[in-house]
Amino acid sequence: MSVPMDARIEKTASEIAADVRARRLSAVEVTEATLAHVEAVDGLIGSYLTVLSDAAREHAARVDERIRNGESLSLAGVPLAVKDNMCLESTRTTCGSKILEHWIAPYTATAVARLLDAGAVPIGKANCDEFAMGSSCENSALGVTRNPYDTSRVPGGSSGGSAAAVAAYEAAIGLGSDTGGSIREPGAFCNLVGFKPTYGRVSRYGLIAFASSLDQIGPLARTVEDAALVYDAMAGYDPMDETSIERAVEPAAGALLDDLKGVRIGIVRDFDTGALGAELDALYRQAYRDLEQLGAELVEVTLPTADYGVPTYYLIAPAECSSNLARFDGVRYGLRVDGEDVQAMYDNTRAAGFGPEVKRRILIGTYALSSGYYDAYYVRAQKARTLIARDFERAFARCDLIACPAASCTAFEFAAKSDPYSMYLMDYYTIPMSLAGLPALSVPCGWSTPEGGAVPMPVGLQLCTPLFGERLLLGAAHAYERATRHASARKPLAQEARA
Amino acid sequence: MPTDTIDIRYVAKLARIALTDEEIEVFGRQLGDLLAHVNALSKLDTESVPATAQVVESRNVTREDVITPGLDRERVLAQAPQRQGNFFRVPRIIAE
Amino acid sequence: MSPAYEAVIGIECHVELKTATKMFCGCPNAFGGEPNTKICPVCLGMPGALPVPNAYAIELIVTTGLALGASIPDFSKFDRKNYFYPDMPKDYQISQYDMPLTVGGAVKYWLEDGTTKECRLTRIHLEEDTGKSTHAGSGDGRIAGSEYSLLDFNRAGVPLMECVSEPELRSPQEAIAYLESLRRTLLALGVSDVKMEEGSLRCDANVSVRLAGSTELGTKTEIKNMNSFRSVERAIASEIERQIEVLTSGGRVVQETRGWDEVNGVTHSMRSKEEAHDYRYFPDPDLVPLEISRIDVDRLRTTLPALPWQRFERYTAAYGLGAKQATQLIDNRSLGTYFDRVVECSGNPQQSSNFVLGDLARLANESGVAVGDSQVLPEHLAELIGLVEGKRINSTTAKALVERMWNGAGSPAAIVDREGLAQTSDPATIEPLVDEVLAAHSAVVADYRAGKTNAMGFLVGQVMKASRGKANPALVNDLVREKLSR
Repeated sequence: MSVPMDARIEKTASEIAADVRARRLSAVEVTEATLAHVEAVDGLIGSYLTVLSDAAREHAARVDERIRNGESLSLAGVPLAVKDNMCLESTRTTCGSKILEHWIAPYTATAVARLLDAGAVPIGKANCDEFAMGSSCENSALGVTRNPYDTSRVPGGSSGGSAAAVAAYEAAIGLGSDTGGSIREPGAFCNLVGFKPTYGRVSRYGLIAFASSLDQIGPLARTVEDAALVYDAMAGYDPMDETSIERAVEPAAGALLDDLKGVRIGIVRDFDTGALGAELDALYRQAYRDLEQLGAELVEVTLPTADYGVPTYYLIAPAECSSNLARFDGVRYGLRVDGEDVQAMYDNTRAAGFGPEVKRRILIGTYALSSGYYDAYYVRAQKARTLIARDFERAFARCDLIACPAASCTAFEFAAKSDPYSMYLMDYYTIPMSLAGLPALSVPCGWSTPEGGAVPMPVGLQLCTPLFGERLLLGAAHAYERATRHASARKPLAQEARA
Repeated sequence: MPTDTIDIRYVAKLARIALTDEEIEVFGRQLGDLLAHVNALSKLDTESVPATAQVVESRNVTREDVITPGLDRERVLAQAPQRQGNFFRVPRIIAE
Repeated sequence: MSPAYEAVIGIECHVELKTATKMFCGCPNAFGGEPNTKICPVCLGMPGALPVPNAYAIELIVTTGLALGASIPDFSKFDRKNYFYPDMPKDYQISQYDMPLTVGGAVKYWLEDGTTKECRLTRIHLEEDTGKSTHAGSGDGRIAGSEYSLLDFNRAGVPLMECVSEPELRSPQEAIAYLESLRRTLLALGVSDVKMEEGSLRCDANVSVRLAGSTELGTKTEIKNMNSFRSVERAIASEIERQIEVLTSGGRVVQETRGWDEVNGVTHSMRSKEEAHDYRYFPDPDLVPLEISRIDVDRLRTTLPALPWQRFERYTAAYGLGAKQATQLIDNRSLGTYFDRVVECSGNPQQSSNFVLGDLARLANESGVAVGDSQVLPEHLAELIGLVEGKRINSTTAKALVERMWNGAGSPAAIVDREGLAQTSDPATIEPLVDEVLAAHSAVVADYRAGKTNAMGFLVGQVMKASRGKANPALVNDLVREKLSR
């Protein structure tokens, strides 16, 4: 690691964009510096499944040309890591799965297209749990991604590659998708802001579906402001996704708050942080006090159905995934493993193409929808979903924003969670918001050294508002971030190694 | 909630995934565990609760009946696991 | 059929809608074409692609429902029907399970003898079509014994209407009459081309038999692979016969799907109920529900044209036409529309029907020009009918005039006036002609008097000819008969 860390890529997305717009820096320079850094560190971190050197250079050159032509681009030259479950035309899009290992997308996802249009430069396609199913990135069939703060630990998941890329300065922005916590949890594990907008705020067109009624694209960023910039650039109705919402987006980047005066923040009684151990408990209590310091009024709220989030989610999401993933059948694209007839070909292709976690979820989802079990499992879970959403409605009658943990622990070591259900519980704090469709984010709130760990690992605070509360959500997170500055307390190892 | 054990072979057939005997054993056990956890939902009184299939409240989102450009055939067939001329080819279909 | 048994038949139709584009994407909806040229990420089930429904297809279903007297629920949604099949790109079909766009209604139909009946509908719903498989290696193109299959996805995602009838049909003839009436209605509405040979209409029949008078339903079989109305009729008849045979020989009918074998004229077992599919229907999370407003329903209701069964009732009951004539006018759009205009102007449906279905249909056939596009204006034909009614011209003259009008002669009254073609009913003018003819054909007169009474026709014809067609034929008849009997 002899290449010195490049100051140009340590900048935030908003700084890079400002520099490129002012022509103090060219998009090509930023891109070359980022690609060089990726070359140097990605062997260790493993953020990317595909590095798009040529496409990145082409995009960057075009951005510089657009700037010269007088265009004002909100993300001019910003290096972007795209989770590999989003289509980018003419590039390999794998979902971290063998079944799509060699598939070249023939079109571009709307969210990605909007960011590129705003001047972002795609550096690569980032690793993820296979079909976004997982909380550690360990379920990727195509590569290992390590946490830049301790490479013996996972980056979180499923958007682990996007998170690791941003944390290790291999991109300024990571695009992730969150179904039950897949942006917020890796955000917390990698010292980032991980933001899941309201369901339907960002088009899912071109996002390879895991669970359609829950999937939502959002940014992983080093600052709240960067997350807001990305959100502003990609949110809004898309005629190609009819579940995207036709409702004006209020730009969030220009409305960030410096304090929380007049904001009522709900602390969830049912989320007892004492159970997370003394260190995390103390961190979260301090975080709540810091919010109060900023002028917020803390109120206790209750989410009585919180414990039902995980069981509900693990019926609804697998049910939808069992149907969404049926199309991977070896007929039109992707892997085929032959068989003597078409049915055997299906069986063999899907047996070889999907990893164990994907198979488990397809099986449980198929079961939950099958004749005789539909009402008992699937419909009951949908009803529980209603109750969970109602809990939030009641809570939000008393507060403007909810604060709670983003995860129940810090980044764990590889292979630490061998039992599927213990991994599912990783999303205990993030799943209820997903089921209710609410916007939520994780923002760094301190550091904690895990048992047996060598270094302190980042901890995330989760904030959540009612539907379409993105402006307040990002605004409040910014005030908290600005007052506490937890993120900048430590540097990722990958960066230190090079400095 | 039902307490039956999962007929994993039947489910795997519906899902069209060939499972090894070992997988049948392991997945059977893991899915049984998961069901034990999700059975907690039976404690909720959902009698008069409407089901939520989607959180968005949009209705009648449609498109006009207007032709839009499609994909080039060569580009699509180039990625087909097996093609014959301008068709996708699959092994024989057993009528069910 | 043994008189002891009666058949109970229900029909399930799949109809491709006549839209410009597919159901959930903007690819063209057109029959045929080079394989795999009407495809996009959505209809190919590419990863990440999402469906957006075609507003016009929804409108066509609602329109059809309204025409058939169905109710349009306030709330409807799309569901996924999950099963693997190579020509179905997503391995699920977007369909409607428990909340279809229309519920109930009925198809009114008529039999050849003019009897009208109706068959109630269970529902009409909207779904997407599959692609097309071509089976190779079996020699006869059939799936059985094939070595591999080739797939064309041009048809994948074409909007498909499924229309399910109640089991209220009692014979193959009723089943066909039902299908024909449904087909006519869909054509009149412009909803579909309804061509069985192109697959834009496909139907399955549920058939069971029971002892006549019983109110319980027998075990049914589902008949598939029928590709013409004729084969539907034959297949149902054959299946009824088979089931009765099974029952009378002490056996039991097995609930199963049976395929129609056109060549051998029998149905054969395709799959039994034991292997019934577990389709795992659930609401499609990619699609938001539909709430058809009363305003839209009312607007669509006002666009409904006169429906075939309504026209049938008008033609037969009010106009007194026979079932065959009425059916001809309904089935030939151009003739029917033209006929309605002529009746409007002439007020004489029977004569209008005679001319339109007779001379005009023949001329149209010979020339390849549709009646509606010909030079014979409905007003002119009505004028001609008026001349005949007022006995100003006779039918021979009328026939000749129609030919001339077809060739652009214009108003018949003007021709009659100009050329003095008006019919002569004056005995003083006709009598000398009769005398001349009888004198000139004394041998024929002798034949008549010897008992060959049909010889009179020849003599009448000769008188008409002598009058250059202008003589009133009835009067000529009377005069000839009178003089012969002297």
